[in-house]
Amino acid sequence: MATEAHGEATGLSFHPMDQFIVRPLFSDGEVHWYTPTNVTLWMFVIVLATLALLVMGSRGRAIVPTRGQSVAEMAYGMVHKMIADIAGKDGLKYFPYIMTLFMFIVFANLLGLLPMAFTVTSHIAVTGVLALAVIVGVTVIGFVKNGVHFLDLFWIRSAPLAVRPILAVIEVISYFVRPLSLSIRLAGNMIAGHAVIKVFAGFAAIAAVAPVAVVAVVGMYAFEVLVAFVQAYVFTILTCVYLKDALHPSH
Amino acid sequence: MISLLQEAAHTAAEHTESVASSVAHGETETATGLPQLDMTSFGNQIFWLVVALVVLYWIVAKVALPRIGAVLSDRQGAITGDLMAAEEFKLKAREAEAAYDKALADARAEAGKIVAANRAEIQKELDAAIAHADAEIAARVAGSEQRIREIRDSADNDACEVARDVTAELVRAFGGTVDQAAVDQAVDNRMRGALQ
Repeated sequence: MATEAHGEATGLSFHPMDQFIVRPLFSDGEVHWYTPTNVTLWMFVIVLATLALLVMGSRGRAIVPTRGQSVAEMAYGMVHKMIADIAGKDGLKYFPYIMTLFMFIVFANLLGLLPMAFTVTSHIAVTGVLALAVIVGVTVIGFVKNGVHFLDLFWIRSAPLAVRPILAVIEVISYFVRPLSLSIRLAGNMIAGHAVIKVFAGFAAIAAVAPVAVVAVVGMYAFEVLVAFVQAYVFTILTCVYLKDALHPSH
Repeated sequence: MISLLQEAAHTAAEHTESVASSVAHGETETATGLPQLDMTSFGNQIFWLVVALVVLYWIVAKVALPRIGAVLSDRQGAITGDLMAAEEFKLKAREAEAAYDKALADARAEAGKIVAANRAEIQKELDAAIAHADAEIAARVAGSEQRIREIRDSADNDACEVARDVTAELVRAFGGTVDQAAVDQAVDNRMRGALQ
C-alpha cells in the first residue's frame, strides 16, 4: 500500500494518511488505553456539539422554534420517523440509542471535515465497535423478544423446502457480514474522501496546477459534506433495518 | 479478506515501530501504512469511544430527547387545541347566524302580524264609517222620498180641488144645478184613473 510518495525532484510530498495518526495530546510517548489523545479530544468535541445542538438548541422550549431548536427538532423527527417507518412502533423503545448513534456519527463526520480536525469515524476500531454494538444489540433483542423463533430469520418458510438450507447458509453469512459491511462502509468512505482531499491539496504546491487543485479540493470538500451526512444516515437506517429483523424475524 | 486485514495489520505494526523510532529522533511523525490498522491504538480508541458513547447516551436519553419530545407534543397539543377552539368558534358563529336568521324571521312575522292587525283595524273603522254613511244616506233618501210623496200628494189634492171647482163651475155655466157630492164623485173617479 503506497500511501507515501516523496517526489523529491518536483518538491511534492504527499502525506494523505498522516491525518489519521492517533497522537497523545500532552506528550510524545506511547499511546496507552487511557492516554488522552486526539481521539479523546474530538470525541469530547462531538459530545459538546451534540450537547450544543440538542440541549442548548432546545433550551427555550419554544412553541415557535428558534433556528437551533428547528434543527434539533428536525434531527429528532428524522430519526424518530425512520425508526417508526422501518422498525415499527415497538422499535421506538430503542430511539435514544439510535439517536445517540446518529448524532455521534453525523458530528464525527462533519466535524472531521474541519481543517486540522481528526475524524474518529475514519478508524476501523471506532466504526467496528459501533457496528458490533448494533449487531450484538439487535441479536440480543431478537433472542429476548422472540426466543428460538428469532432463527426464523434464517429459515425462510416462503421458499421451497429444498432450497431452504441453502438460503439459510446464505442468510447466516449475510447476517455475520453485516457488522463488517457497516463498519468498513463508514470508515472506508471517510478514509477515501479525506485522503483524496489531502492528495489534491498536495498538488497545490505546483503553481501550474494549483488553481485546478484548489477547485478540486473545494469540489471534493462539498462532496464530502454530503457523504458525511449520507453515511451517518445510511448507518442509522441500516441499524433500523436490523432492528426490524430482530423485532419481526419472520419474513 | 481476513488474511488481507492481518497482513495489513502486520505491516502497520512494523510501521509503528519505525514511527516510534522517528519520533524518538525528533522528526515529524508520518504515517507509513494505514494508521487505522495500527493495533496499538485500538485500546485507546475503544476506551474513549465507550466513554463518549456513554456520556452521549446519557445526554440524549435523559435530557435532549425528553425535552424535544415534550416541546413537539406541546406544539401538537397547542395546534390541536387551537383547531378545536377554531371549530368551536365556527360552531358558535353558525349558531349566531342561525339566531340572527331566526330573529330576522321573527321580526318579519311580527311586522306582518302588526301590518295585518292594522289593516284589520282600519278595515273595521272603514266598514263602520261606510255603514254609518250608508245609514245616513238611507235616512236622507227616505226623508226626501217622504217629502216628495207629500209634495206629490198635495199636488194631487190641489189638482182634484181645481178639477172639482172647474167641474162645478162648468156645470153651473151649462145651467145645471150643482150637486157637490156627485161632482166630487165624478171628478174623483176620473182623477183616480189619471193619477194612478
